[in-house]
Amino acid sequence: MNLDAYSIDDLLLKRKSLRRQLSVADGLQPVRIAVLGGSTTNEVVDLLEPHLLADGFLPTFYQSEYGRFYEDAVLDPSGLIGFAPDIVYIHTSYLNVLKAPPAHCAESELQGYIDAEAGRYREIWKSLQENLSAHIIQNNFESPAVAILGNMDAVSSGGASRFFLELNTEFARAAASDPRLLLQDIHGISARIGLAHWFDWDRYFSYKILLTVEANLAVARSLASIVRAIYGKSRKVLVLDLDNTLWGGVIGDDGVDKIQIGRETPVAEAYTAFQEYCLALQKRGVLLAVCSKNDEGIAKQGFEHPDSILKLEHISCFKANGEPKPENILAIAEELNLGVDSFVFVDDNPAERAIVEAQIGGIAVPCIGKEVSRYAAIIETGRYFEPVSMSQEDLSRAGLYQANAARATLEARFASYGEYLDSLEMSAEIARFKPIYLERIAQLTNKTNQFNLTTRRYTLAEMEALARDEHVIGLYGKLSDRFGDNGLISIVLGRREGEVLHLDLWLMSCRVLKRDMELAMLDAVAREARAAGIRTLMGYYMPTKKNGMVADHYDKLGFEPISVDANSKESVWKLDISGYESRNRHIKVLESVHG
Amino acid sequence: MDDLLEELQSIFRDILDQPDLVLARSSNANNVEDWDSLAHINLVTAIEKRYKIKFALGELQELKDVGDMMDLIQAKLAAQ
Repeated sequence: MNLDAYSIDDLLLKRKSLRRQLSVADGLQPVRIAVLGGSTTNEVVDLLEPHLLADGFLPTFYQSEYGRFYEDAVLDPSGLIGFAPDIVYIHTSYLNVLKAPPAHCAESELQGYIDAEAGRYREIWKSLQENLSAHIIQNNFESPAVAILGNMDAVSSGGASRFFLELNTEFARAAASDPRLLLQDIHGISARIGLAHWFDWDRYFSYKILLTVEANLAVARSLASIVRAIYGKSRKVLVLDLDNTLWGGVIGDDGVDKIQIGRETPVAEAYTAFQEYCLALQKRGVLLAVCSKNDEGIAKQGFEHPDSILKLEHISCFKANGEPKPENILAIAEELNLGVDSFVFVDDNPAERAIVEAQIGGIAVPCIGKEVSRYAAIIETGRYFEPVSMSQEDLSRAGLYQANAARATLEARFASYGEYLDSLEMSAEIARFKPIYLERIAQLTNKTNQFNLTTRRYTLAEMEALARDEHVIGLYGKLSDRFGDNGLISIVLGRREGEVLHLDLWLMSCRVLKRDMELAMLDAVAREARAAGIRTLMGYYMPTKKNGMVADHYDKLGFEPISVDANSKESVWKLDISGYESRNRHIKVLESVHG
Repeated sequence: MDDLLEELQSIFRDILDQPDLVLARSSNANNVEDWDSLAHINLVTAIEKRYKIKFALGELQELKDVGDMMDLIQAKLAAQ
């Protein structure tokens, strides 16, 4: 369901009935969220709940009494510990600062005030991390409502504006160095809304609700996007129409030299700016795809226009033909091996938007209107592509998918499949979990749906706990080939009971399907397990709507079927590894698994 | 039934999630189920947004029932 279509008044009014409708959906992911507020947080929670439900979560909330965020986190965390949250959100404002510098504060004293306040928050974060396995979301501070010193407020060491700018920088440093601490940029959100529309003083004096409904909605939307990102549900692909979306005019009618792009007219400038926005997304790891009702050859000419910012090399998948757009979008999903629920579709034509939204479940279709100068701002409002961290993986992802296309071309030229695999010159690194990879490992458990035997999801905190558990054997696999590094793409997690290793998790990214990587992983698991005195591997397949491709995974690996549950169709498999011999023939494994 | 009362009834039904709620001028926080302080904030916010009015600080404390609230809303609308 697209909540963006609801007016803010309707969201408020229909909140309870929305919750009733949305919470009956199948397969909602439970998430427990504790909100520690410096002001009354009920409204932000009321607005967050339907957004999370619409995004496939089933949230349960805990709220501190207003103003007791420090006490609840540091002095008496028993309530929080009992609630066992997955996420703790600390929602504080500039009013909650204990000791701001006085107007006469000397330059040399300012740092002391910053350290004292930042230190209080560090205590909060530390206590939460020690007592809970939860992600922490901390917002930074909006600018104060009044600037007592005028413009000097941002300059003077006694200015509140200057103090909060510097405190925000401290918060940014803390979040940058701690993957479990996520910053919500309220400074930016409040600026985009405008402080005049941010604070609601009547409600603050009456009920200690500091923000307007509009501000609380913006906070709730941004929080929902962070939660999506924590669980690996951020969107990954921007699907673009061409005529009057990426350039002005209709290339098939007007010709490539007549389309509006470049710097010559205001309209051309606006399309150029939108292309620059798309390119910026591509550079940070969002895949771009084209879906246009056009002749392919003519459509591609648009990207050869000398003023076009986007070139064909930036487009991971190009569909220009006369087929209906929903069909082309499904084809794009198949080629990129990504679910349509990770897609955002941008088209200036409301009829195309309507048919795509109606026929493709889970795709996001922002109503971008007709003014190209507004497209980027409207897409931004949806916060579709929120990352929780910028890994190298994200930055090079677009390159990876293009390399896949090159591999597909190569595959066609070989006599046998083994010959093709050898020609890829694959090498793998397979080893026990390492701290630097835990974030990526947790991310993979949340976004891998197809090659995933049990579809168990883990947060970073849970994965950290497992990595420390001596009864757990966790292995990751990275795969490189002559076209590039595929990154960390496979995980096997086994839990030991006596001489048996239960394989609770086995997953692999679909970008390395049919590379024999599963054989290399099995070799490594068997070797590690035998070294630990284990004789039997037990495999489990738990069917979902999406993981049909691995129904015969254990059968293909030579496991013996033990049982199938009549209702759930879950199957159990067994492999005796006392005489195990290596299976992998085509991948060179670089590192010893005893890493 | 009074138009304003009917509109308020619809707002109350949504906010309190009671589709069959019947509101009267004499309704108040004591005789309407779930009309607690949190619901009260939501009701006031929804009414302010619906009629594009703003209650002044202290105005709401003096209201004893829905009838008083209706009179206040009507006075504010008439003054616009």
